[in-house]
Amino acid sequence: MPACDVPSEPVERLLPPEALAQTAPSLPEVTEPELVRHFVNLSTQNMSVDSHFYPLGSCTMKYNPKRNETLSSLAGLLGLHPYQRVETIQGMLSILHSLQEMLAEISGLEAVSLQPAAGAHGEMTALFVAAAYVRDTDPARNVVLIPDGAHGTNPASAAMAGFKTVEVKSTPGGLVDLDDLASKLDERTAVFMITNPNTLGIFERNIAKICQMVHDAGGLVYLDGANMNAILGVTRPGDFGADMMHFNPHKTFSGPHGGGGPGAGPIAVTGKLAPYLPVPVVKKSGEEYGLDFDRPKTIGRVRSFFGNTGVLVRTYCYLRTHGPEGLRRVSENAVLNANYLLSRVKHFLPVPQGDRCMHEFVATAQTLKRERGVSALDIGKRLLDYGFHAPTVYFPLIVHEALMIEPTESECRSTLDAFAEALFRVTEEDPDLLHHAPHTTSVSRPDEVRAARQPILKWAGPER
Amino acid sequence: MPYIPNTDEDRRAMLQAIGAASIDELFEMIPADLHLGRALDLPPALGELELAVHVGELAARNRPASQSTCFLGAGSYDHFIPSVVDFVASRSEFYTSYTPYQAEASQGNLKALFEYQTLIAQLTGMDVSNASLYDGAGAAAEAVLMACSVTRRHAKVVAASTVHPEYRQVLGTYLQNLETELVTVAAPNGTVAPEELDAAIDDQTACVLVQHPNFFGCLEDVEQLSALAHAKGAAMIVAVDPVSLGLLRRPGDCGADIVVAEGQSLGNPMSYGGPYLGILACRDKFLRRMPGRLVGETVDRRDRRCWVLTLQTREQHIRREKATSNICTNQGLMALRATVYLSAMGPQGLRSTAELCLKKARYALGQWTGEGLLQPVFSAPTFKEFVVRVPHGQADALLSAAGEQGIMAGVPLGCWYPELEDCLLMAVTEKRMKAEIDRMTDVIRTVLN
Repeated sequence: MPACDVPSEPVERLLPPEALAQTAPSLPEVTEPELVRHFVNLSTQNMSVDSHFYPLGSCTMKYNPKRNETLSSLAGLLGLHPYQRVETIQGMLSILHSLQEMLAEISGLEAVSLQPAAGAHGEMTALFVAAAYVRDTDPARNVVLIPDGAHGTNPASAAMAGFKTVEVKSTPGGLVDLDDLASKLDERTAVFMITNPNTLGIFERNIAKICQMVHDAGGLVYLDGANMNAILGVTRPGDFGADMMHFNPHKTFSGPHGGGGPGAGPIAVTGKLAPYLPVPVVKKSGEEYGLDFDRPKTIGRVRSFFGNTGVLVRTYCYLRTHGPEGLRRVSENAVLNANYLLSRVKHFLPVPQGDRCMHEFVATAQTLKRERGVSALDIGKRLLDYGFHAPTVYFPLIVHEALMIEPTESECRSTLDAFAEALFRVTEEDPDLLHHAPHTTSVSRPDEVRAARQPILKWAGPER
Repeated sequence: MPYIPNTDEDRRAMLQAIGAASIDELFEMIPADLHLGRALDLPPALGELELAVHVGELAARNRPASQSTCFLGAGSYDHFIPSVVDFVASRSEFYTSYTPYQAEASQGNLKALFEYQTLIAQLTGMDVSNASLYDGAGAAAEAVLMACSVTRRHAKVVAASTVHPEYRQVLGTYLQNLETELVTVAAPNGTVAPEELDAAIDDQTACVLVQHPNFFGCLEDVEQLSALAHAKGAAMIVAVDPVSLGLLRRPGDCGADIVVAEGQSLGNPMSYGGPYLGILACRDKFLRRMPGRLVGETVDRRDRRCWVLTLQTREQHIRREKATSNICTNQGLMALRATVYLSAMGPQGLRSTAELCLKKARYALGQWTGEGLLQPVFSAPTFKEFVVRVPHGQADALLSAAGEQGIMAGVPLGCWYPELEDCLLMAVTEKRMKAEIDRMTDVIRTVLN
C-alpha cells in the first residue's frame, strides 16, 4: 500500500483504544509468486468444463463462452456502483431491461424480476410472491404440493416461505400421478411446484391438464426452470399453464458455475402476480431507463442492490449471440445429444423411464449392484479415471442407484462415444477395482463419515 | 452456431442410432398443441464482432465509478483489487467447475474453500465459517433464521436502525411469512442507544442484529450491546465491514455469536451490485444449524489428507423441507477471490488498507466540514464513511456539480431516513488521493457559495 498522502494523526488518536485490535489480523504472509503457484496448483486438482466432459445431470454444464467473460468485464459494466444516479447507468439499465423482456418472451409470462441470486433464491422469491398473493385473495391456502422427484430446494424454499409441504407421487413411468395429485388438491392448496421437463428428463405430457387441475382447485403453478435447456423456443411455461417460474442463467444461459456459484435466479410471473414482485424492476419511459420502486404490493427486497448483475450481463450476451433460431438449436442439440447417449447407454445400464428423453436421462445401476455389488457411486468414481466427470448420482431419489446424465449441446459426437465406451467398460470391470476407484486422482474415497463426526472446518495452525 | 460442435452429418448419424427420423420427432414427447409453433420474438443473433460493438456501445453509455472519483459506499466499495485476484479467478479450472460433490475431482475448490473458511474464522474471531452465501443482506437474514432456530425463540428479533436499510428490508421479506416480529431500535445520534436496545429485548427475543461500523460509518459499542443481548438469552449477530477488521477488534472478541458481512470489499468488483459475497461465521455451538455449504478436512483410503463437503445433513438435498436453508448454488468464485485477496494483502496489507481508509476519510471529513461548509451529522467515531448535511435543498445541486467534475459524491439518505433528508453518506477508500478529496472540497465550496 502507498504511503498516506493526507496529513493525519496516528490511528490511536482517531479511534478509541477499546475499539482497536491489539495486533494485525491473522492472515497468510506469502509473496506473490508463492501465492500464484499455490492457487495454480490447486486449480489443477479440479475437473472443469474447459478441461473435461462434465455430464453432471441437472446442472447443465455447458461451455462458457469466452466473449461473455470479456464483455461483462468491460470497465463500463464492471465498474458501476449500485447507487450511481440512473443517468450515469443508462447502458446497464438498457441491458437489464432488454433481458427482462427477453426472459418474459422465453417464459411466455408477463413480468420478470432479475433480483434473485440463484435458482433456489428465485424459487423462494416466487413463493414469497405466491404467499403475498394468497394473503390478499385467500389466506387459508397454506399448502405447497411437490412431486417426489423434485429438487430438494423446492420443499426447502416452500418451508422458508412459511408453507406446509405435501408430497405428490410419481407413476412408475416417472410422471406426476394424477390421481394422487387430485386427492391432494383442495381449498388449502396454494401452489403446486413442478419441474418440467422433470428430473428424469421426461416432459410431463399431462402438463396442461395438471395446470388446469391446480387452477380449478384455486392454486398457482410454479415451474422449476432448472431444465429449460430442453425446451427453449419449443414450448413455453406460460403457454402450458405455469403462473411463475425461475431461470437458472448459470445453467441454461451458460453463466460459468464458478466452482459453486455465482448463479442468478430471475423469475417470471403472470400479470396478476406482477404487482408482488421484488423492487426495483427496470422501467423504460421514452428512451430513458429507470428503476421502479413504486410498487405498493411488492414483497420488498430479497437481496441488497440490484442482484447478481455480472451473471445477468453474461446472460444478455448469450441470448444476443443466439437469437431466436440459435436458442431453439441449443435445445434441439441438447436433446439430440442426450437421446444419442441414451441410445448407447441403455444396452448396458437400464434406463427405467424408456427409450426417449429430453435433455438428460437417469440410468440405474440397481441390477449391477444386486448382481455384482457395483454401485452408482463406484461407477461415478471410476469414470474419473477415464477422464470424465461423474454424472449426478443418487438423484432423483425415486430411482435406485441413479446416474443422472446430461451431456448438453456443447459436446460433440465423438466425446459422447468415448464417454459411452468408458461407461460400458466400467460396468464390465472387476468390482474390487471399482470399489477403490478412482485410482489416478490425487486422493481417493475421502472418509466422509470421519469428516462429519469429527468436523475440522478450518486450519488449526502449524503446531497441530 | 458457435457453441454446437456437431455437424449435419453427425446429426444424421446420431438420429439413425437413436432410431428417429428427425430432431422434431425427439420433441414428440411434448404434446403438439403445446408447441410454440413460431420463432421466439427475440432480437436477431449477433456475431462476436457485432456483439462486442453493441455491448461496447452500451458500456460506453455508463459512467463507471471505477473511472471516476468515487465517494459512494453504503455497502459497496471502490477498493483496490490486486492483479493476482483476477488472474487466479480466471483459471478455467476454477470458474468452469461446479459445486464439489465429487471430492476427487474437486480438491482444488475444496481446499480453496477450506482456506476461505479458515481466513474468515480468523478475521472475525469466530469458530467456523461456511463456504459463502449470496450477499451481506442474505447472510444477515439467514443468521437471524439460524438464531431463531438455535434459541428456539420465534416471536421476535431486534435490529438496530443503523443496520443497512436494504439488509433490514431483506430481513423483513424473509420474515413476512413467518410468525416473527421484527423490531427496529432507533438511533437518533447515529449509534444504538444501549438503554433503548435493552428496552426492546425481552425473554422472547431470538437475537439482536447490529452493524459495526454501522451504516452511517459510526462505530458501535459491540461489547456493551452484546452483554445486553446475552443478559436476556438472545443471540448477538454483528454485521461487519471485513476491511475494518484490519484495524478493529474482532467481533468474536466483543461478544458476537454470529458474524455476517458483505464480502464485496475483499477483491470483488462493484459490478452494479453483484455478484457479491455473503459471509457468515459463528460459534461452534451453532454449527449444526448453519446454512450453506461447509468444507471439512478428512483423510482418504490411503490416509492422505484431503477435503470434502461435510455436515450435509443440514442441507436441502438431504433434509428437504427440514433443511437449515434452501441454498444450493452459492458464491464460490467470490469466496475464492476473497481468499486470494486476503492472502495477497496479508496482515500488514489489510492493516494498511484499513488505516488509509480511516485517515483519508477523516481528512475528507475535516476538509468538507471545515470553513462551515457541510455539517457533520453524528459525533461518534467513524471508520471509512460518514454522514454530512448539505444546506436544505442544495444536495442535488452538489451531486450534479460533482458529477460534472467526474466525482460520484455521496449516497442521499432521505429515501431510507426521512429525518436525514439533505444528508449524504460519503465513503473514502484507500484508493482516494488527497488531490481528489481536495477537488471535492472545491466543488463543495463553489456550490455552497
